[in-house]
Amino acid sequence: MIEFLNFHLIPGVVLGSIYALGAIGVSLTFGILRFANFAHGETMTLGAYFTLTLILVTGWHPLAVLPAAMALTASVVLGIDRLFYRPLRQSPVIILLIASFGMMLMVRSVIQFGWGVQLRSLRPGMIQQPYVLFDTLRISPKHVLIIASALVLMVLMHLLLTRTRIGKAMRAMADSPELARLTGIETEKVILVTWIVGACLATAAGVFLALDTHIETLMGFKVLLPLFASAILGGIGSAYGAMVGGLVIGVAEELSTYPWIGEGPLLAPGYKAGVAFAIMVAMLILRPSGLFRGRVF
Amino acid sequence: MDQAYGIFLYVISLLTVGGIYAVLALGLNIQWGFTGLFNAGIAGFFAVGAYVSAILTTGPSEHHLGGLDLPIATGLAAAMLASGLVAWGIGRICIRLRSDYLAIATLGIAEILRLIFKNETWATNGARGISLIPKPFEHLPEPWNQLAFMGLVLATVALLYVLLEQARRAPWGRVMAAIRENEAAARAAGKDVDRLRVQAFVIGSMLMGLGGALMAHYLKFIDPNAAEPLTATFLVWVMLIAGGSANNRGAILGALLIWTIWSATEILTTRLPDELAIRTAYVRVFLIGLTLQIVLQRFPSGILPERRMTAAAQRDQPPKPAAQRDAAA
Repeated sequence: MIEFLNFHLIPGVVLGSIYALGAIGVSLTFGILRFANFAHGETMTLGAYFTLTLILVTGWHPLAVLPAAMALTASVVLGIDRLFYRPLRQSPVIILLIASFGMMLMVRSVIQFGWGVQLRSLRPGMIQQPYVLFDTLRISPKHVLIIASALVLMVLMHLLLTRTRIGKAMRAMADSPELARLTGIETEKVILVTWIVGACLATAAGVFLALDTHIETLMGFKVLLPLFASAILGGIGSAYGAMVGGLVIGVAEELSTYPWIGEGPLLAPGYKAGVAFAIMVAMLILRPSGLFRGRVF
Repeated sequence: MDQAYGIFLYVISLLTVGGIYAVLALGLNIQWGFTGLFNAGIAGFFAVGAYVSAILTTGPSEHHLGGLDLPIATGLAAAMLASGLVAWGIGRICIRLRSDYLAIATLGIAEILRLIFKNETWATNGARGISLIPKPFEHLPEPWNQLAFMGLVLATVALLYVLLEQARRAPWGRVMAAIRENEAAARAAGKDVDRLRVQAFVIGSMLMGLGGALMAHYLKFIDPNAAEPLTATFLVWVMLIAGGSANNRGAILGALLIWTIWSATEILTTRLPDELAIRTAYVRVFLIGLTLQIVLQRFPSGILPERRMTAAAQRDQPPKPAAQRDAAA
C-alpha cells in the first residue's frame, strides 16, 4: 500500500500536474485557432532552457526566474505566430497543422544548436531528503513544490477564464468562433492572449518536468502525445477538461506499472507511453467530445 | 578516374535512396494529395515494412525472430500487407473525425511501434537492430549490383507512377478529389466517404511499408531509430509539399530534389571540423523546416501544381492558374 502511494500515486499526480499545465495550451489552441499544435512540446522545452540560462546567470531559485522565462517564451511564441501562423490564417486549418509540424523541428533545432544536446539538471547538486509523514509516507520537496505551484497556476487560469473579459471572450471563441465574431469579440486579441497563456503554462510545465527529472532537448516532444491525449480526454477547447485529462493520464501512466496482478508490473515500464495512446484511442471511439463535452471537428 | 568512379557510385546511391523516398512520397500523395488525410506517422509504417521484410527474409539468427529465409519478393509483399493492416486499424477509428485527430493518432502509432521494436528484443534484437538483411543482386560484381538495385527501385517508382496516374483518372481518383474538395457534396451524391478514405489511407500506408522494406534491403540493416520521426516523416512531407501535392510527378520530383539537397548538404557539413559539423546538422534541419514554411506561404501548390480533372483539362487545355484555384479552395 505504502509502495503504491510513494512510488506510483504521488509520482502520478506530479506527472499529471505537469501534463495538465501543458494540455491547457494544446486544448485552447485547438479550440480557438482550430489546429492541433505539434510545436507545443517544443514550447515547453524552450521555456525550460530559458529558465536554465536565467538560473545560470542569476543563481536564483527556478520559481524566482520563472516569470522572466515565461515572458521570453511568450515573446518567441508570439513572434512565431506573427511570422508563420498569421499569414496562413485564411488557409485551410490543416495547413496550419503542417506549419506547426515544421515549427516543431525548427524550434528543436534552434535549441539543439544553442544549448547542445547533453542531459542537464536544472539544479545540479541538489539532493533533497523527502518529507516523511506518518512514518512511511514519503514525499520529496520538489514534488510538493510542483503540485503546489501547478495548483496555483490552475486557480489563476480559472480566475482568468471566469473573472476577466478576455477570459470570457476566450471561452466564447472556443465555443463558437462565428458567434464570437458576430458579438464583436476582437478575434486577433483573443488569439494573442491564447498564445501568451499557452506559452506561460507550457514554460511552467517544462520547468516542472525538468525539476522532476532533467532537462534535455527531446523532453517536450516526448510528452506531446500525452498532452494531446489529455486535451482529447478532457474535451477540446475546455481548459478545465485539459486539467482533469492531464491528471488522469499522468496518474494512469504511473499506475500502469504497479503490480496489480501477480508479482511483476502490470505493464512493462518501457510501454508507459502507450497508456496515454490507449486512453486517447478509447476516447476517440467512445466519446470523441471528451469528458467535458468539448468540440469535435 | 577513381574520383569519377566515386561520383558515379554516389549518383547511383542518390538515385536509389531518392527513388525509395519517391515511393514514400507517392504513398503520402494518395493520402494527403488525393484525399486530404494527414499522416504524421510515416516513420511508423515505414518501420513496419522494414521489420516485417527483414524478419521474413533473413537467415537463422539467435538475436531475433527469423530464419525463414524467404525470397525478397515475399518480404516486400508481406511488408505492404502488414503496413496496410496497421493503417486499416487506425483508419477505422479516426477517419470519421477531422484530419487533426488522424494526425495525432498516426503520431501516436508511430511512437508505439518504435517502443515495440525497441522493447521486444526477442523478435527485433532491440536497439541493436537486425543486420545481414539480404540485398537483391548482391552477388553481382561492383558496380553492377548497385546499378541493378537502382534499376529495381526506379522500375518500382515507374510502375507505381503508371498505376497511380490510372487511378487518379479513374472514377476512384475523381471521387477522392471530390471528397477532399467538398465532403458534404460527395456524401450527398451517395458516396461512401469513410470507406473510400480508409481505402486511400491503407493504400498509401502500404506504399510506405514497401518503401521501408526497400530501404531495409538496401541498407542491409534496420534498427528502431529508423522510426525516428525526423528522417522519414518530415522529409517526405517537405518532398510532397515542395514537389506539388496531388501531382504524382510532383511527388517524384520533390523526392529526388529534396533528397539531393539533403544529401549534398550532409557532404558539405561533414567536411567541417567536428564541433561545427555537429552543430551545422541542426542548421540543416532548421533550413529544411524553413523551406517548408516558405513553400506553404508563398508557393502553396508546389513546383508542379495539381492537374485538375476539369472538362477543360480533358480537352487538353491549360489548367486554371494556381492563384485562381487557391482562391476557390
